[in-house]
Amino acid sequence: MMTGNELIPHLFRSEYSKITSVLARSFGFEHIEIAEDIASDTFLLAAETWGIKGVPENPVAWLYAAAKNRARDHLKRNNIFSKKVTTALQQSNTEVQEAEIDLSEKNITDSQLQMMFAICSPIIAIEAQIGLSLRILCGFGIEEIADAFLSNKETINKRLFRAKEKLRNEKVKIAFPSPSEINKRLETVLTTLYLLFNEGYYSLSQNITLRKDLCLEAMRLNYLLIENATTNKPSVNALLALMCFHASRFEARINLNGDQILYEDQDTSLWDTELIKQGEFYLNKGAEGNELTKYHLEAGIAWWHTSKSDTKEKWESILQLYNKLLITEYSPIAALNRTYALSKANGKQVAIIEAEKLNLTTSHLYYALLGYLYTDVDNDKAVGNLQTALNLAKSEADKITIAKSVNKLLNDNKTV
Amino acid sequence: MKEFMMVFRNAGMGDFKPTPEQIQTVEKQWADWFGGIAAQGKYAGGSRPAPEGKTVKPGNVVTDGPYAEVKEILMGFTLINADSLEDAVEIAKGCPILLVGGNVEVRPVVGMNS
Repeated sequence: MMTGNELIPHLFRSEYSKITSVLARSFGFEHIEIAEDIASDTFLLAAETWGIKGVPENPVAWLYAAAKNRARDHLKRNNIFSKKVTTALQQSNTEVQEAEIDLSEKNITDSQLQMMFAICSPIIAIEAQIGLSLRILCGFGIEEIADAFLSNKETINKRLFRAKEKLRNEKVKIAFPSPSEINKRLETVLTTLYLLFNEGYYSLSQNITLRKDLCLEAMRLNYLLIENATTNKPSVNALLALMCFHASRFEARINLNGDQILYEDQDTSLWDTELIKQGEFYLNKGAEGNELTKYHLEAGIAWWHTSKSDTKEKWESILQLYNKLLITEYSPIAALNRTYALSKANGKQVAIIEAEKLNLTTSHLYYALLGYLYTDVDNDKAVGNLQTALNLAKSEADKITIAKSVNKLLNDNKTV
Repeated sequence: MKEFMMVFRNAGMGDFKPTPEQIQTVEKQWADWFGGIAAQGKYAGGSRPAPEGKTVKPGNVVTDGPYAEVKEILMGFTLINADSLEDAVEIAKGCPILLVGGNVEVRPVVGMNS
């Protein structure tokens, strides 16, 4: 059995966001900080009490009861104050209403979903949406968020404070969007979850456990949307499928030293087949209906990557998915990946012509791609491009990978 | 970047019935060409009309389809963003319709009010 010291951080991660969401929904978003304070206080009280009296039989129920008591005290105080003020000002006699804090499973899920819609709002910048999601919906500490963003506590604190202020000023409600709005609002929520996952998957942070946690939290929040009938849309399933396929390579893509292992060099026995199966399940769910979003296309591409086979069919399918993806939404990374798939499907000569048109001359990945395409076609050009890539690369991991390719080419040339 | 419209025209196919493989090849040519434009961040939308349709002429004359008296029929159009008319023309040179005797008209797009 876990002691209080081990249990509390664990419970904080899972229960803090539930308590905060429920309280904030009953107080209104304008009092979000009070909700956060009460949730934090509850854990402080747990640490003190459990340290002396031992861990209670049902720790979660204990936390909920304590949170309810604190919330009730707060409301009582607040009511006395506002009643006094209103009587003094207007001589009116408003009834003191004691709102019941409902910490049932259904209300917790609803509150978390509604909080998700409140936070993932285009009113605030996307980094702020992710930061607030991590804080309020995932119970991450400010330090962890700072670590994930390669930033510092002060910056993150300021960012979250400003974001909350902005949402308050705009009178954001913790509520489900109306049926006519839901698709549009859901789009913003999915973008945030997508970026939250990517933050963990592609982050330069050395903290591997934290990075994995970011991905798992994005998946958990995505799953909340699937569990609810109104938000269980094809795009939501497609995004979870995409995350499952990527997450299946968690163990294979980073070695014991924390270094990235390239896809080609990964040990496929470390790929999580259970997650791949789950991804396939959600991708099939996402295929119901006519909706074809970028998440469907990206999940399709990710699905092809769950098999390491090098068939013509595979690369032709990936190429066509990238063609569609780019028409839906341009991104430099997709353009580069599409050109790689083009070389696999249509040959390097065709791909070189297309690559030269991309003009992504500030990206080391662009020159790394040209270096790959020119390898065995024109090795001098290949080396030249790889050296440009090396000069442009910023991260140590990228530099090492590119330097390896340059050395390999130079050594191969010598032997010829 | 300026916006240009590319209009694709070709002679009708008459009674020619392409095989599934031929259809697949043509579809891939178009998909790869559009994908290449999109990979440069220059794709800006487009559409392909279905073969059936009506043509409306003065005096409320309505005829079936666009084909009756024209040698060329409209196959579709695409909007692209290009640096210049020359750039747009360069892009048009890769259009698969040129492989089967069709043509591409490239026109700068101006607003309705200009």
